[in-house]
Amino acid sequence: MALQDLLRRRPRSPPPPWPLPPPCLAPASTPCPLPHGTTTLAFRLAQGVVAAADTRSSCGTYVACPASRKVLPVHARLLATTSGTSADCATWLRALRCQLALRRQEDGREPGVAEAAALLAGGLRAQRGRGLCVAVALCGWDRAGPGLWYVYSDGTRLPLDVVAVGSGSPYAYGLLDGAYRPDMPPAAAYALARRAVAHATHRDAYSGGCVDVFHVRQSGWVWVSHGDVGELRGLARALAPTEEDEEEGAEQTSVDQYKPAGTSLERH
Amino acid sequence: MAARYDRAITVFSPDGHLFQVEYAQEAVKKGSTAVGIRGLDIVVLGVERKSVAKLQEERTVRKICALDDHVCMAFAGLTADARIIINRARVECQSHKLTVEDPVTVEYITRYIASLKQRYTQSNGRRPFGISALIVGFDDDGSPRLYQTDPSGTYHSWKANVIGRNAKTVREFLEKNYTEEAIATDKEAIKLAIRALLEVVQSGGKNIELAIIRRNQPLQIFSAKDIESQVAEIEKEKEESEKKKKKSI
Repeated sequence: MALQDLLRRRPRSPPPPWPLPPPCLAPASTPCPLPHGTTTLAFRLAQGVVAAADTRSSCGTYVACPASRKVLPVHARLLATTSGTSADCATWLRALRCQLALRRQEDGREPGVAEAAALLAGGLRAQRGRGLCVAVALCGWDRAGPGLWYVYSDGTRLPLDVVAVGSGSPYAYGLLDGAYRPDMPPAAAYALARRAVAHATHRDAYSGGCVDVFHVRQSGWVWVSHGDVGELRGLARALAPTEEDEEEGAEQTSVDQYKPAGTSLERH
Repeated sequence: MAARYDRAITVFSPDGHLFQVEYAQEAVKKGSTAVGIRGLDIVVLGVERKSVAKLQEERTVRKICALDDHVCMAFAGLTADARIIINRARVECQSHKLTVEDPVTVEYITRYIASLKQRYTQSNGRRPFGISALIVGFDDDGSPRLYQTDPSGTYHSWKANVIGRNAKTVREFLEKNYTEEAIATDKEAIKLAIRALLEVVQSGGKNIELAIIRRNQPLQIFSAKDIESQVAEIEKEKEESEKKKKKSI
């Protein structure tokens, strides 16, 4: 009866009469209101949506899993980057998967990214105030083309072109905002995604491990690359053209890569 | 006698009948024929389709519905009741996947539908569902299944079965013709289903709707053209076998 409960959108059981244990995972001294340790990002291109994430699952200062999967498939044309409490994200994405499968049966066609975002946000909103922490970027391709929606567990639902989620997101945004262009070729997009996550793991203690890059195209999602952050982080190596980059012509292998477009380094 | 005990579903008659359930079974007998065949690597559902009115869109008159990627059902009886059962069954298929991370077995979803029907024969203020269903599909281990439910909430597994109008005639045909050779290949199983329906359907292939599930493949609904070509093949075979009989005589 689990899915029927979700669809009814009301919590079935009353809260237990005993005091709930305090959430043991939240580091008490964190002033930062960002969700728990992770760096995930996604951005929209003409040829689809590129999503990338690190692989470190942290539990306070303890690395619970250095090789976790933070980009989870929902169906053939929809991925979700997860941030926040891993268990909440996994559970709610499983529920979303079942809800979308049901819709596909009933309507006879694939539900869109906006619809998936609305279903997820609605379900989370009904559970607001119960301590869920789910910050998900839904990346998909539907009838309207590439779609990217950010969903948070208070019910926030935003259609965006560029989104980075997690404790490492400010560092990732720094690189993304400078170099992102909606007409980027895919190879440059993969390199940018890798660079942004790798740089975030350099500065954020709660992000690390490896970088997974995915691309959602019209024909479905593909797992582009899985690179160790230690290898990517070395500046020269991070900037060297890889096989995919070389397709689109060599990029400049110099520190100038970090110069945001349109400004000069000399200005203060 | 019956008149005093058939108003309320929750009242037994002195000789042990639940008349409302039996009347529901009468409603099923008025519905259009549906036949199900269990082959070795294929399950086939064939349904007699009433002619679609000229102005009506053909697509909305579907009597074979998928419950999940690997299970589908056909029904005989009240279409609206069937729609409710199908919706509930679809939700239950996904709910099962959510709780257990496995797709339903055909028997599980049949049991769910049968329990749903039985619940409606034991509450006041409700009436039984007026449909019988044929539920076909493949389990995880690859075995094909065919189940039939009726308005009382019982279900049984069958090798081949038929429900609705003229069910008796078609069942006799199936009992005679369901043999090892008849289901040896997918094509033969499909032909058997069509031959069974042609026993009772007037005006041939136009009024037949056919769907198959092959192992590890989704439901495949036959187009009118495919059905016509199969019917033409069957008629050719019939002619040839009759010619042979005449020659031998």
